[in-house]
Amino acid sequence: MHPAPSVILFTTFSGLGFGLLAWLGLGFPAVTGLTAFVFFTIAYACAVGGLMASAFHLGRPERALKAFTQWRTSWLSREAVMSVAALLVMGVYAIGTIFFATALPLVGVLGAVLCLLTVFTTSMIYTQLKTVPRWHSPLTPVMFLALAVAGGALLAGQTTAAAVLLVLAGAVLVATWVHGDGAFARSGTTLATATGLGTIGTPRAFEPPHTGTNYLLREFVFVVGRKHGMKLRIIAFVLAIALPVILLLVPFSHWLALVAVLSHVAGVLVARWLFFAQAEHVVGLYYGKR
Amino acid sequence: MTELPKKTQRKLGLVIDLDTCVGCHACVISCKGWNTENYGAPLSDQDPYGAAPSGTFLNRVHSYEVQPLATSAKVQPPAQLIHFPKSCLHCEDAPCVTVCPTGASYKRVEDGIVLVNESDCIGCGLCAWACPYGAREKDEAEGVMKKCTLCVDRIYNENLEEVDRIPTCVRTCPSGARHFGDFADPDSHVSRLTAERGGMDLMPEMGTKPVNKYLPPRPKDTLPEIDVLAPYLAPVDEAPGGFLGWLDKTLEKL
Repeated sequence: MHPAPSVILFTTFSGLGFGLLAWLGLGFPAVTGLTAFVFFTIAYACAVGGLMASAFHLGRPERALKAFTQWRTSWLSREAVMSVAALLVMGVYAIGTIFFATALPLVGVLGAVLCLLTVFTTSMIYTQLKTVPRWHSPLTPVMFLALAVAGGALLAGQTTAAAVLLVLAGAVLVATWVHGDGAFARSGTTLATATGLGTIGTPRAFEPPHTGTNYLLREFVFVVGRKHGMKLRIIAFVLAIALPVILLLVPFSHWLALVAVLSHVAGVLVARWLFFAQAEHVVGLYYGKR
Repeated sequence: MTELPKKTQRKLGLVIDLDTCVGCHACVISCKGWNTENYGAPLSDQDPYGAAPSGTFLNRVHSYEVQPLATSAKVQPPAQLIHFPKSCLHCEDAPCVTVCPTGASYKRVEDGIVLVNESDCIGCGLCAWACPYGAREKDEAEGVMKKCTLCVDRIYNENLEEVDRIPTCVRTCPSGARHFGDFADPDSHVSRLTAERGGMDLMPEMGTKPVNKYLPPRPKDTLPEIDVLAPYLAPVDEAPGGFLGWLDKTLEKL
């Protein structure tokens, strides 16, 4: 799959933003006034910035409001509805803590649940696709949620929780890689089933329909950078998980915490790039490519 | 709505005969022509006369080589070349429809055709992600998703001669490899063809239940050794004498 920068930025930052909002909604940390303002500004910048980045990959962004209508069948529509609901409910909670020094616990818990549901609906957009076997697994939503909750804890300054959750998220990340590597083969889809010609013998793509490229090849058949997949996985793991955990275990300082956050964000961006770049769509089979 | 109809009154679709397709790409060109000049946004090209041309097509013809398995009769069977036209299969369980966030994609209850309402499409591309067959292509110029309409603006078009009220790819095919009809009617031309020739689904494991069927190539004929000139070349005289007899013996000795 083509690793579009807009979608990588969107999923990474909205995941972090909603993760942080969920922690704030649960009262970790229980902040008020100016401190609360700073926390909520960071959370909203990540979540709303991510959502706006996602609009950049639309062909007709001016019609984006129509995407709220099909929540009955479409995970993308559900994500749109959930994200707005989460931002509105958390907005009420934020106003309470910033201006009135009052945390509304029920509103906060509801907002936190909506934030996590938003991350879940985002992940389901990818998980639902049978056409991309690497994504079509229960591990995909677990990975999105684990990274959002761990990254949110890191941003919320919950050092102990963040360290534990980062280790768990790291385990899930490794599990998605190991499980994902064999997913295409396990799906059973081959050029033989794609063409129905397997009954005669072994099919091989002989000539593509055209000499140039097309939308399908640009969007679904991305083979650049796979060569360095293993190195990038190690880089992603070190930056997103290992380095922040080490920095959390040493005595706390704000500078080290900032380095931990930046390292985590950079690592998740690399991991998310791999999530797209290493995902293979079955349509590539028709072109003799993966 | 992007909810799929439980059942459609008719199931219009295509039968594509992989035995007779000659790979001429006439269906590709006629499809591009009709769908650029008629319903919806034109199918644009980018850099059409430049170094890296690319464009939107609703129908493309692939070519595959199949190496048959060796048998005792044929130790080294020759490979077969199969031309493979591919367009929207108008699936009964179309994953492209349910993922659409705006309701632009829909499957018609009356005839099962899967269409895009271009004025509702935001061009998010998720339907193309959900389609295993590569049937949907986003138009670069228009920013909306394009797909085969089964020539919905031809098949019901009373301004056309009756013979032309079929999809343009079917009308154009010079080898009769494409057939159009109603699969809900067991006596239709396409239903009978599918039954007789073992029409098959592409990627049945995806659970999309495609309406379009592909007819597999027929087994290759195994011809007996026939030489129409053989009777004229048979030796007329088994034991020639005279000069020819001398020549025959001399040539044998060499």
